[in-house]
Amino acid sequence: MSSTTDPRLAEAAPKKRAFHPSMLLYDQRYRSITIQIFALFLLMLGAAWLIDNVINNLRLLGRTFSFNFLWQSAGYDINQRPIEYNSQMTHGRAALVGFLNTIILAIMGCALATILGVLAGVLRLSSNWIVSRLVTIYVEIFRNIPTLIWILIFGAVMAESMPAPSTFRGDDPASSMLFDAIAITNRGVYIPAIMFTTELGVLPLGPISPSWNWVLILAVLVAGVFANKYLIAHATRVQNATGIRPKTWWKSILVLFGPVILIFIGLGAYLEYPELRGFNFAGGTHLRNSFLAMWLGLGIYTGAFIAEIVRGGILAISKGQTEAAFALGLQPGKTMRLVILPQALRVIIPPLISQYLNLTKNTSLGLAVGYMDLRSTLGGITINQTGRELEGMLLLMAVYLAISLTISGLMNVYNSRVKLKER
Amino acid sequence: MSDTHAQTVAFVRNEMIAPSDPPAREAGAVKWLRENLFSGVLNTFLTVVSLLIVWYALAAIGPWLLNSVWTAGSLAECRAILDGTSGACFSVITDRWHQLLFGFYPPQHYWRPVLALALLFAALAPVLFTALPRKLLLFTAIYPFVAYHLLWGGSVWFPVSVALGFVAGILAYLIVARVSTLIAVFAAILAPVFWWTFAAGAFDQTMSGILPLGLEFVRSDRFGGFLISLIIGISGISLSLPIGILLALGRQSDMVFLKSVCVVVIEFIRGVPLITLLFTASLLLNYFLPPGSAFDLILRVIIMVTLFASAYMAEVIRGGLAALPKGQYEAADALGLNYWKAQRLIIMPQALKISIPGIVNTFIGLFKDTTLVVFIGLLDPIGLSNAIRADTNWNGIYWELFIFIAALFFIFCFGMSRYSMYLERKLKTDHR
Repeated sequence: MSSTTDPRLAEAAPKKRAFHPSMLLYDQRYRSITIQIFALFLLMLGAAWLIDNVINNLRLLGRTFSFNFLWQSAGYDINQRPIEYNSQMTHGRAALVGFLNTIILAIMGCALATILGVLAGVLRLSSNWIVSRLVTIYVEIFRNIPTLIWILIFGAVMAESMPAPSTFRGDDPASSMLFDAIAITNRGVYIPAIMFTTELGVLPLGPISPSWNWVLILAVLVAGVFANKYLIAHATRVQNATGIRPKTWWKSILVLFGPVILIFIGLGAYLEYPELRGFNFAGGTHLRNSFLAMWLGLGIYTGAFIAEIVRGGILAISKGQTEAAFALGLQPGKTMRLVILPQALRVIIPPLISQYLNLTKNTSLGLAVGYMDLRSTLGGITINQTGRELEGMLLLMAVYLAISLTISGLMNVYNSRVKLKER
Repeated sequence: MSDTHAQTVAFVRNEMIAPSDPPAREAGAVKWLRENLFSGVLNTFLTVVSLLIVWYALAAIGPWLLNSVWTAGSLAECRAILDGTSGACFSVITDRWHQLLFGFYPPQHYWRPVLALALLFAALAPVLFTALPRKLLLFTAIYPFVAYHLLWGGSVWFPVSVALGFVAGILAYLIVARVSTLIAVFAAILAPVFWWTFAAGAFDQTMSGILPLGLEFVRSDRFGGFLISLIIGISGISLSLPIGILLALGRQSDMVFLKSVCVVVIEFIRGVPLITLLFTASLLLNYFLPPGSAFDLILRVIIMVTLFASAYMAEVIRGGLAALPKGQYEAADALGLNYWKAQRLIIMPQALKISIPGIVNTFIGLFKDTTLVVFIGLLDPIGLSNAIRADTNWNGIYWELFIFIAALFFIFCFGMSRYSMYLERKLKTDHR
């Protein structure tokens, strides 16, 4: 039975069939192309319809599409100004101030949320009955009540429950400053500010011109971190070569903090304390109620989520890892640092970053308590004054999108670096 | 054998000695205290700090809560009753609870949202608890129309005519499916569209003319309070899951174009805050629609909230899909299942099970995010609490309102998270 003579087999053998239009629908190889072209067609149709509507609507309203309003005078004040701003400056400048306020709030909020979250996450695993119950209550209450309510509650706490500045007056005042340095009032919290006797001028960097003093301090700090990294790498090399790890902790402290302290002394840094003048406190740094409500609301709320992430990360590491580390003779501290944490971090970091993203996006709730973030300046007053809601909202979305994509891009880089290398 | 001992040993105890009690410090409350609260220096310190926190919290809130007033008509009256002592004034709740729950919904019609909520539980029951008979799902399918009619009212024939569109689609599919599945899908899409564009309006009018049935119409701007949170939250939750699944499948698809569209949609929506989308719904939608067209603000908000949650849902489900071993896909192929059958019978049941915690978290997030509608002028509980405070009677009242609103949200969100835990335990098939 030779295959060449069997007519049925010859027919069944793969044969190049001529293309037939029905294959566009019934052949798996072509069907996906058909579907995609159809989808592309629908999408373009939809986009054309939307754009046509926008053009028609703009024409009917007698408007143009332009971003010129960004260079017009803003005419409104912003209470929290990280860079120089007054109402004569442009809408663009106001948007920049709002953007910086958003960033400040996001960074401060993430820091608070991380500290609270890590603490709560670890404490929730504590064997101490009352501590773990208390932390559970914190986590459940904050996770299950909307962040907007928390922001409003903290806003009300600051504005309604704190003493008025006038109660700090007199020989026997009803309220007093914490450590003679921090005044918590219903108009905000006043904390000491770091001032310098020597000002090195400003770094001309376009619209944002940071003071040279702070740039220098930041540069020295970063340099210190890198030097410390080198120091530790060196210690590891010595340990690998000789088996004895040189003591590095005091060198680390010296490298990290020494130069910064020297610079602070060199520039003549001193603390300016807030003091009661007239009806209000003056001097120091004024943390406004709007900022505090946002900071505490977002920070404590997101902290509850981070606590769950940290707890989950620690629980995800199987007990065998701890036992293996003990079997190798590692002490509990080293077990945590060398075995558990590196593995737990791999589980913790991605959802942690997405919480940071959520917090950053939630800063747009600032309007609720009058915090002048990007949403309240560009997306609020500027839109109301110029009537440019289309341009303003598009710009606002673009900025938020850029922030989000930057953060998630950084996360992807980190993820690919710590990913399990499977062989 | 049994009497060996009787011959060799003079005495054998034939009952056990009662075990003696453990030492006092190793038993009962003392042991529990030692182990759970004072097992070391650090633990003792933590216990003391915690007790102090509890003490201060109770000392601050306890008397205020216990000394609360429930019957006053205004804050001033409340303060007069309290007479300088510290106490909560929950009379604002007894006075205004109906506003916080229903907004400005006509009071004589309160039974309608209440009935809609009760029916919601009936409609949810067969979805949530698989032990119930499957036929109940039919009620779940018609529930959205019932709920719409109960809440908004108007002619009963309007929701019926909309529902008939879906019936037309199903019928068209069933009839044409005998010829070709692919054409049947098109027919199932086209039939309802034709029905809604050409026939539904006429049907609605004729039937209303013949048989004018229906409840009194309630305009959308009368809706408010927790009712609006529930409407937006529940519609968003039920719509975002299917859309999220489709987006996730699109993102996993081999079709380059579809995939990139899904990626752009998901990343765009996840990258901007919900509030900008809500503002788009309230301010910008008029730019994108044909001149002169306008539709209900609540509906626009529902669409935006749904889109927002769908993008998050898609990412959650994508995680579940990625966690499935590749062998499952290959097994489905080996069984000769086509794409949709493989998804429905093999992939999705497993992927959804893995992603339950994430899905429920997204639901909870969505429900909490309904509070943001206050920024575009809808009177949700927070908006109403501002309105109540604007009244001279209740000017200056904060905590009681916040406690009430927060408690409402807490009950719903906490309930959802507990249900998800129950579901996870129930569906757990591995024995770790």
